[in-house]
Amino acid sequence: MTARIGVVTFPGTLDDKDSLRAVRTAGAEPVSLWHRDKDLKQVDAVVLAGGFSYGDYLRAGAIARFSPVMETIIEQAKAGLPVLGICNGFQILTEAHLLPGGMLQNNHLHFICREQKLRVETSGTAWTADYTAGQEIRIPLKNMDGRYVAEERVLDELEAEGRVAFRYLDVNPNGSLRDIAGITNAAGNVVGLMPHPEHAVEPLVGTGRTDGLGFFTSILKKLVNA
Amino acid sequence: MARVVVDVMLKPEILDPQGQAVQRALPRLGFEGIADVRQGKRFELEVDGPVDDAALARINEMAETFLANTVIEDFTVKVEESK
Amino acid sequence: MTLDTVKHAGETPEAEQPWKELGLKEDEYARIREILGRRPTGAELAMYSVMWSEHCSYKSSKVHLKQFGEKVPVNDAMLVGIGENAGVVDVGQGYAVTFKVESHNHPSYIEPYQGAATGVGGIVRDILAMGARPVAVVDPLRFGAADHPDTRRVLPGVVAGIGGYGNCLGLPNIGGEVVFDDCYQGNPLVNAGCIGVMKHEDIHLAKASGPGNKVVLYGARTGGDGIGGVSVLASETFESTGPAKRPAVQVGDPFQEKLLIECTLEIFREQLVAGIQDLGGAGLSCATSELASAGSGGMRVELDTVPLRDSSLSPEEILMSESQERMCAIVEPDKVDRFMEICEKWDVIATVIGEVTDGSQLEIFWHGEQIVDVPPRTVAHEGPVYNRPYARPAWQDALQADDANKLARPANATELREQVLKLVSSPNQASKSWITDQYDRFVQGNTVLAMPEDAGMVRIDEKTNLGVAMATDGNGRYAKLDPYTGAQLALAESYRNVAASGAKPLAISDCLNFGSPEDPDVMWQFAEATRGLADGCLQLGTPVTGGNVSLYNQTGETAIHPTPVVAVLGVIDDVTRRTPVAFAEEGQLLYLLGDTHEELGGSAWSQVIHGHLGGMPPKVDLDREKLLGEILISASRDGMIDAAHDLSDGGLIQAVTESCLRGGKGARLVVPDGLDPFVFLFSESAGRAVVSVPRSEELRFNDMCGARGLPATRVGVVDGDEIEVQGQFSIPLSELRAAHEATLPGLFA
Repeated sequence: MTARIGVVTFPGTLDDKDSLRAVRTAGAEPVSLWHRDKDLKQVDAVVLAGGFSYGDYLRAGAIARFSPVMETIIEQAKAGLPVLGICNGFQILTEAHLLPGGMLQNNHLHFICREQKLRVETSGTAWTADYTAGQEIRIPLKNMDGRYVAEERVLDELEAEGRVAFRYLDVNPNGSLRDIAGITNAAGNVVGLMPHPEHAVEPLVGTGRTDGLGFFTSILKKLVNA
Repeated sequence: MARVVVDVMLKPEILDPQGQAVQRALPRLGFEGIADVRQGKRFELEVDGPVDDAALARINEMAETFLANTVIEDFTVKVEESK
Repeated sequence: MTLDTVKHAGETPEAEQPWKELGLKEDEYARIREILGRRPTGAELAMYSVMWSEHCSYKSSKVHLKQFGEKVPVNDAMLVGIGENAGVVDVGQGYAVTFKVESHNHPSYIEPYQGAATGVGGIVRDILAMGARPVAVVDPLRFGAADHPDTRRVLPGVVAGIGGYGNCLGLPNIGGEVVFDDCYQGNPLVNAGCIGVMKHEDIHLAKASGPGNKVVLYGARTGGDGIGGVSVLASETFESTGPAKRPAVQVGDPFQEKLLIECTLEIFREQLVAGIQDLGGAGLSCATSELASAGSGGMRVELDTVPLRDSSLSPEEILMSESQERMCAIVEPDKVDRFMEICEKWDVIATVIGEVTDGSQLEIFWHGEQIVDVPPRTVAHEGPVYNRPYARPAWQDALQADDANKLARPANATELREQVLKLVSSPNQASKSWITDQYDRFVQGNTVLAMPEDAGMVRIDEKTNLGVAMATDGNGRYAKLDPYTGAQLALAESYRNVAASGAKPLAISDCLNFGSPEDPDVMWQFAEATRGLADGCLQLGTPVTGGNVSLYNQTGETAIHPTPVVAVLGVIDDVTRRTPVAFAEEGQLLYLLGDTHEELGGSAWSQVIHGHLGGMPPKVDLDREKLLGEILISASRDGMIDAAHDLSDGGLIQAVTESCLRGGKGARLVVPDGLDPFVFLFSESAGRAVVSVPRSEELRFNDMCGARGLPATRVGVVDGDEIEVQGQFSIPLSELRAAHEATLPGLFA
């Protein structure tokens, strides 16, 4: 048996096909979800893919957060539905207050596209169980609004609770506070990060590495064994 | 029709690299004496009907939930006299 | 405001018209009157003026471009040739690929961000209009001196515009060039290319046929973008105090374009269009007249149905508006409803603005009154053609006599080492990653190779691993010394780059950037370059599928270097066989393929060390290029090489530096017998590449080269963490990396 993993397409989503491919490559069943539908088609988990939903006008993720599909996702995520937000998806999750903090324009004011080294800080989430805490991975990063910010109090809390899920290594590419590349909610079902694991699932394309595949195998194993 | 203006600014403690880039450019252009620049957004709302307390309350709610992300931004709402 | 209707024009033959202000010549205006048998209306005058402009009509270049259709090599790959929005080639397995390079030079100088952004938008719509899904973009860019203050204005804006627009479309940016030269100071060249993929049966052509079919305009609303010139009509013909001049700059909305792409692809999937055309230069004037002209001729348009962003626009301005993100489709009446549903799904505004008629005239109405009644061919396809005078410039001989081979050379190994570092850190030879890291190269998950590889490569079929590769090259310095050879060198380099990646070159697109055609010197350069390119394509077997000409790139009397940019498209059956540039395996052997002569004319060395441009460019031997290409492709397919890098500007040392830095491994080089170390390192002889051969493959590789008659010289080994030229000098990779990578951030960050 396998699991059904949904990938949402908003107008302006770019990495939905890549995310569907990553889900398939990991062995799960990919399901396309549409922003206007509240129906999640009985998926077991959801990926909010990268891109510029609604042109990222107003703020990255701000308009997508109010779309019909997000109403259901927010409700179900609070009840435990695993949700992975990648790049724009992470921005949507912070706008939806499923994850704390917010995303701002890179401190150098340029779009940045590079292969980024990260440390996986916790294997205690639905999306990182196949990694070991402290494992270093290299996956693509590409964003304009990737600077993670939150109040000091919130950052301290995230650190104390082990909810900083990924940290930038070698280079902090966008000025994110405390080198934070991604975080998880307290329950571990909602995870957001700026870099793109879905672009690193095949040896041939992208970085030529498969360091990102673990996100998708993690969730598949969890769902199948549940 | 009345106009209501919502100004959205990054919270003071949050780094504003765009504002800093503007500030750094000023001396080069011969504009001295500017100690700090912060860049924000301005929304001009043309309101149908009277701008009463109820309308302003709705606009405040709109600003709080949508126009600004209060995790990182502050906002102000003010009514402009129509011309 | 009085509406200048067809009836009114007939009644007021003597009314004065601003044809001169609209850029028409007196005889061109007379010809319009002759075609119509009366004076044109304001709207007609606007249409003719813009469609007969150099930009739209190719009136100065046409007589030379003809050769691309005459000297056509035998090549079964061509499915659609010159004349459509873009050419189409067969890449096997039922797939067809369309690709094109265009210029957006002048707008990018005026407003770098929007100029470059809308350049990307335009080329992507061109590809889309062929029925293809765009899969990658490339951007060949040329700027003035790297340290000139205006370059600091233009370059960051152009780069941000390409990134800001392209990144929002979800198209990987996989290649291009960045070149600096004083000659581009007031005339930066911002060229943009796009590749699209479709199945053979999905090719769409820009024509309106079938009377009764609806003309549907969809995409963004029409605003006052890019119609500065046409405002003259409103102000001078109709009212003394017309509306304020409209801005000439178009502003792009990449989000709208992304929706337009997805919406259009869904419309194609359901086979809802009979013809389609994107709206670019000359907007609706161009789209309606070209669609009608290529079809049966008749079309009726109700211009007042066009959705507007600015309700004060006059009909002439609506016809001329260059508002971005719009397309025009011809749809059978019973398919209109479904067409509209798909547009609604993607939040794209769509409006039926007219229909195909069984007549032969393009008729346009404004609130029921007719303002245009023209034979569309006379607007779109039968514009003026000029045989501009041309002559070999008086200064050409002196330039060629100023031999670069006689320039002072490094006196000893220490100077040689210094010059290597100077070369690899010079703006033209330095790493461009500060620029290319602002472009998304990963999106779509099919990018196999991207900058700084020799060619960009994307997979187009996940099951079979079929892929396409593209490289763009041009060298204005070579072309200035000898435009015929320079154009062939651009072709040869681009061809070589594609072959070095392991792909088989199939066809080309070109973007011909030149000065004013009214200058016989420039016209000679153009004639020579097109002749060289056409002859070269014939010899290499790679037809020209289409392209673009950009003239008047000059400031005052000074033209840019003639700059033909050539994009070669190649196909690779299995992308897992691709060849990267990186030297990654210690102990592998480095072979130099081809012959090295003393050729420094137009070289990077002569520019960086001496600020010199003179002599003759390297010689071209296209049969040799072909052979080299075959060897590179065979060696890649059979696993005989693990890396390959073409040799071009900067010569061997530039290529080896790039390959070593990319792979993080050093190299020990040995100067071949009989070759001067300086010439070995810096000469720019064409038809060469350096490859990295696993020891186990050396014998087989040598045998193949020997049997095919390609000189292959062992010049070193991948080893250590420095580049050492034996008996001369060594430079640690860390020092090379610092020199190579610091230049652009230092200038522009």
